[in-house]
Amino acid sequence: MNSKKNKLSKEQVLHIAKLAKLKLTSNEIEKFQKQLGEILGYMDVLNELDTEKVKPTAQVTGLTNVLREDKEEVCLTQEEALANTKSKHNGYFKVKAIFPRKYSGQV
Amino acid sequence: MSKKLNELTIIEALDALKKKEFSCLDLTKACLDRVEQVDGKIKAFITVCNIKALSKAKKTDLLIKKDKSAFLKKPLLGIPYSAKDVFCTKDIKTTASSRILENYIPKYTATSIKKIDQAGAILIGKTNCDPFGFGSSTENSGFQITHNPWNLNKVPGGSSGGSAAAVATDMGLFSIAEDTGGSIRQPAGFCSITGLKVTYGRVSRYGVIAYGSSLDTVGPMTKNAKDLALVLSVIAGKDKYDATTLDVKVPNYLKNIKKSIKGLKIGLPEEYFTKGIDSSVLKEVKKAAKDFEKLGAIIKTVSLPHTKYAVPAYYLAAMSEVSANLARYDGVRFGNDRSLFEEEVKRRIMLGTYALSSGYYDAYYKKAMKVRSLLKKDFAKVFNSMDLILAPVSPTPPFDIGEKSNDPLSMWLADIYTVTINPAGLPSLAVPCGFTKDSLPIGMQLVGPQLSEELLLQAANAYQENTDWHKRKPTV
Repeated sequence: MNSKKNKLSKEQVLHIAKLAKLKLTSNEIEKFQKQLGEILGYMDVLNELDTEKVKPTAQVTGLTNVLREDKEEVCLTQEEALANTKSKHNGYFKVKAIFPRKYSGQV
Repeated sequence: MSKKLNELTIIEALDALKKKEFSCLDLTKACLDRVEQVDGKIKAFITVCNIKALSKAKKTDLLIKKDKSAFLKKPLLGIPYSAKDVFCTKDIKTTASSRILENYIPKYTATSIKKIDQAGAILIGKTNCDPFGFGSSTENSGFQITHNPWNLNKVPGGSSGGSAAAVATDMGLFSIAEDTGGSIRQPAGFCSITGLKVTYGRVSRYGVIAYGSSLDTVGPMTKNAKDLALVLSVIAGKDKYDATTLDVKVPNYLKNIKKSIKGLKIGLPEEYFTKGIDSSVLKEVKKAAKDFEKLGAIIKTVSLPHTKYAVPAYYLAAMSEVSANLARYDGVRFGNDRSLFEEEVKRRIMLGTYALSSGYYDAYYKKAMKVRSLLKKDFAKVFNSMDLILAPVSPTPPFDIGEKSNDPLSMWLADIYTVTINPAGLPSLAVPCGFTKDSLPIGMQLVGPQLSEELLLQAANAYQENTDWHKRKPTV
C-alpha cells in the first residue's frame, strides 16, 4: 500500500473516477486527493494484524444455493418498467449509440 | 385519556381502538396534525402521504365495524407509521434522500412495508436520512437537515435521523428503518427511542435501496420494547424475494417479553469503555449496568480485542459493496445523471472502487473480509460464557449540526461502537438509558448472538419496566 497519509495523485483520483463512472469537478478532485489519501492512510492500521491463516467472511448466514421454483411469476409490465426513465422509444429504453454511425450497416 | 392520541404507544392505541375510544381516522389525523405542527422545525419528513393515509384510515374504520376479528387478523390495525425513504413504496416517491432519485416513483413495494401494510398499519410519510444510508448525522441528505427534537441545534443521528426524530416527537407511532453500521441504533440513542438492528437475514431486504448487501438489516424504531416486539413479529421471516433471509420460525416476540432476567449474564467490553468516551455516556451506561444487576443480572467485564480494527474493516468492506451497488444508478432506467450524487456518496463510491481495483483488492477488500472473520470470532468467544453484551451506542452525546460535517474521517470514527456488530451479523437493541446535564439523550445497546431477539427484548423490557427514560418526551 502506497498511501501512508499522503495525498493521492491527481492521476490516481482520475483513474478511480473513471472506473466508478463519476465525473468530478476540479474542486472535488483536489478534495478527494486529500481526503481519500487520509482515509487510506488510516486503513493501514489493518496491517498490524497477521491474517495469513484467516479465512475471509463474505456473508454470515451460511446459506448456499437458495433457489426458487422454475415457474413464471408476476413481474412488472412493460409500462411499469419504463415508468421512471427519461428516455424511451416504442416501448424500449433509449440509450446512446454503442457503435459509431459508420459501422451501423455492418453486422 | 390525558395523552394526545399520537402520544400513545402502539399497544395503548390498539387497546383503545378495540374499545372504540376513538376511531382510526381520529388517530391518523392526530399524527398528521402533529407533523404539521412540528415538522417545520424538525424536518423529519421528505414526503407526507396525507391523502392516502386518511383514505386508508376511513377504510380501516369501516373494516373494524364490519369484521369482529379484524384485530386478530391484522396485528397493527389502524396504527400510523413512517418509513425511512430507502424503502420502495409503490406509487409513492422514494428518494433515498439523494438528488439522484429525486423523482423516482417505485412500481413495487418492499416486502417489509407490504407486511406492515397488510397487518393494517397506515403509512403517513417517508422520512429523511443520509443519502443511501451514508452518514451518522442525517446532514448528508440531498434535501434537508433534520434537527434533534431534544435540541434543535444538534443532529438527530444517522443515517435514520428522520425516522428517529419522527418517533421521538410522536409523528406516527413507529417507524421502519435500516441499519448497516449503526443507522438505527445511533439515531435511536440520540433521540431517546428504542431501535433494533436484527440478526442479518431475520427480515427481508427486498425493496430496500441497497447500501452494503452483506451488512444491511431492516428494523423497527418504536417508543418502547413491547411495541418493537409487536412490529418485529410482523416483519420477520423468510421471503422468497430475498435469498439471504433465514428459514427460521418467527416467534411471537411479545408473548414472553415479561420473562425475568434473573441470572442473565451480561458482558461489558473493556475496549468500549476506555479513551474517547464522553464522561456522561460512561456514567449513564455504567448506571444502566447497575440497574441490570438490581434486576438479577450478572455483570462481568469481557474483551473484544479486535475492536480498534472494526472501523477500518467495516468501512473497507462496506464501501466496496457500495461501489458495486451504486453502479446501477446509470440514469438509463431511472434516476438522474451520476453527477447528482451527494459528496459523501461520491466519496464512498471512490473509496470502494479503489479498494476493489486491480492491485489493491488483496490489500484492502480481502484484508477487510479476513478481519471480519476475526471480529466474528471475538463475539463468538464472549457469547460462550455471556448471554448478552451491554455497550454504549455512541462515544458522545448528540453533537452540533455542522460540527463533524467537514471531517469525514472523524464522522466515521464516531461509529466505533456500532460498526463492530454488522460484520458479525448479530442483533443489537438500542434503548434509552439517561441524559446529559444538558438534557441530551444517551443510549445503550444490548447485543446478543444470532437470532437472540427474544432475549434482547426481554432484557430491554425488564429495564424499561424499572426505569422511565423511554417515557420522557422532548418539548418542541
